[in-house]
This record gives sequence, C-alpha cells and structure tokens, in this order.
Amino acid sequence: MTTEELKIKLSELLSVATYEEGGEWLTLNIEPKDWLALAKQLRNDEQLFFNYLFCVTCVDWKTHLSMIYHFTSTKHRHTVVVKSKLDRNNPEIETVSHFWRTADFHEREVYEMFGVKFLNHPDLRLLILPDGWEGKNPMRKDFEDPVNMIRL
Amino acid sequence: MGDLKNIETTFPGEIHEAPGGGIVLSKLDDIINWARSNSLWPLTFATSCCGIEMMAVASAKYDFSRFGFEVARATPRQADVIIIAGTIVNKMAPVLKRLYDQMADPKYVIAMGACAISGGPFFYNTYSVVKGADHVIPVDVYIAGCPPRPEALLHALMTLQQKIKAGLTREQIRSSD
Repeated sequence: MTTEELKIKLSELLSVATYEEGGEWLTLNIEPKDWLALAKQLRNDEQLFFNYLFCVTCVDWKTHLSMIYHFTSTKHRHTVVVKSKLDRNNPEIETVSHFWRTADFHEREVYEMFGVKFLNHPDLRLLILPDGWEGKNPMRKDFEDPVNMIRL
Repeated sequence: MGDLKNIETTFPGEIHEAPGGGIVLSKLDDIINWARSNSLWPLTFATSCCGIEMMAVASAKYDFSRFGFEVARATPRQADVIIIAGTIVNKMAPVLKRLYDQMADPKYVIAMGACAISGGPFFYNTYSVVKGADHVIPVDVYIAGCPPRPEALLHALMTLQQKIKAGLTREQIRSSD
C-alpha cells in the first residue's frame, strides 16, 4: 500500500489517531489505551500485515516520554511508525511481545533505560544492566550517577 | 666480518675476534630480554573500532608478524601481550582483569586509542565507561588516536620491544631491586 492508502486504512481502524507530516514514513500518534487493539490489527489484518517490528525505542522529552515503534511488512513492503506519549511519572503501556516476539527484549531494554512499565509483559526484568540497577534509568535526561559520571 | 657487524647491532653482546672466528660475550638477562621481545604474541581482544585497525595491522598489508608479533592467540594462556583495542565499559572491566590474570608471565599491555587511555569521547556524561583501562590493569605503552593509524600501532609494538630490551618494563624494574 502507498502512504495515502495506508493512512485511509488506518483512519478507518482508529479514527482518533493523529498523523505527522514530512517524515519518510507514515507516522501516527495514539493514546496508550488504544495501543493493544491497534497492534493486533497491524499484525493480523491481511491488508496491513506488519509482520516485522524493526525498532522499539523511547525518547525522554523532559515533559513526557514517547514510545516509538517502527513496523514493516515483508509481504506488502510498506512501513509505518507508531508513537505514543506517556506520563513521565508513571509511564505504562501495553506490551506487544505477544504479537512480535522481538518486542520481548526491546521492551526490557526500554524498561531498564527509561523505566517504562509494559503491562502484561511475560518477563519484565533488566536486560543489559547488571544487578542493582532496578529503578535507576540511565537514559532519562535527569539521571545522575556521582560515582561513575563526570558532568561536562 | 660484515656478518659479525650485523650481529652486533641486533644482538646484545660484544664480539671478541679470535683466530678462526670470534666469541660473543653477553649477559643471560640481555639474551632473555632479546628473545622475549622478538616473540610477543598478542591476545585476540578487541572491544570496538580500534579492533578493526588492529586486524588491519595483523593482515598482509601491515603485517605485525614481521616484528615478532607472529600470530594472535585466542586464549590468554598462550598470549604475551594484550592490546586493549577499544572502549572498556564497567561490565567488561572484570572480564579484562580476568583475561590479564590468566596470561602467563611475563605479560605486557598496550592501551590502543583514546578510549583505552582515558575513556576518550565517553569521558563525560556517561554512566557505563571506564575512564582509562589503567584503572583495571597496568599499561606499558599508550597509543594516541581515535582510532590510531596502523603505523601508530606498529610504532607502539616496537616501542614495547625497546622497553623490554632495555629492561624497563614494570616487572623487570621490580625484579632487579
């Protein structure tokens, strides 16, 4: 599907989503509460068939966190980006590891680096950081570590 | 006689001419250092982009075998020198220490590039990088660069050889006291 066709199709699925212009790929902003239902459609709908989740990441904007998912379809060769704003003090979003197995590790990395809680994740614990880092999120902008960090 | 002159410049010792040939006089320590310095096998250890330069130095174009760094060994038990080629993070530090401890004496360390010297581009504002590999293990030779040219690594390897021949490595100084 072309970007325009994708936009029409996705608008039918989720009318409340807003779209960003000017990017390489179609980008839609959604509310965290709509995520589970939309993800299911993205994965299973025959016309969409986004079977490859190639990037999961998070950005700390100081005012809020933003989850970013990149999907592509190896069958239809189209790509979409999904973004969702999260509350910085209590970031929670539904896991998509049941639809895309790769999200398991990606979400664990976002969990340890940004402290985002993935609801219903099968195994939400630290991925790369060693023991003792629970609750400390080094990729947050206000992260301080007086022992290991030298501030410029 | 030309051959003997050549020996005098590369081999530690004095030549005393005698009828029917010559006698070389030397010290056992010097001969051991000479032998050791000309057979230094590095450990296969690289943690980032400096490792690519190190591989280039091992390959045919630069070829550190020419200087006695014959072949990189994949086990610390058979290695004489560890070239710290890349960033050392806090999680890697205990592994580096363990590899160093497993190497048989005499052993030498070269810190290659800005990361191994001081943390380099990761000195500021990072929680995970060791600010210099010499916080973990003692270093004999440092090479500046990010990453250093292959020629710079060759120069460092030869500097290490000179250091060993002169008896000026840390262990040699300690054992001579």
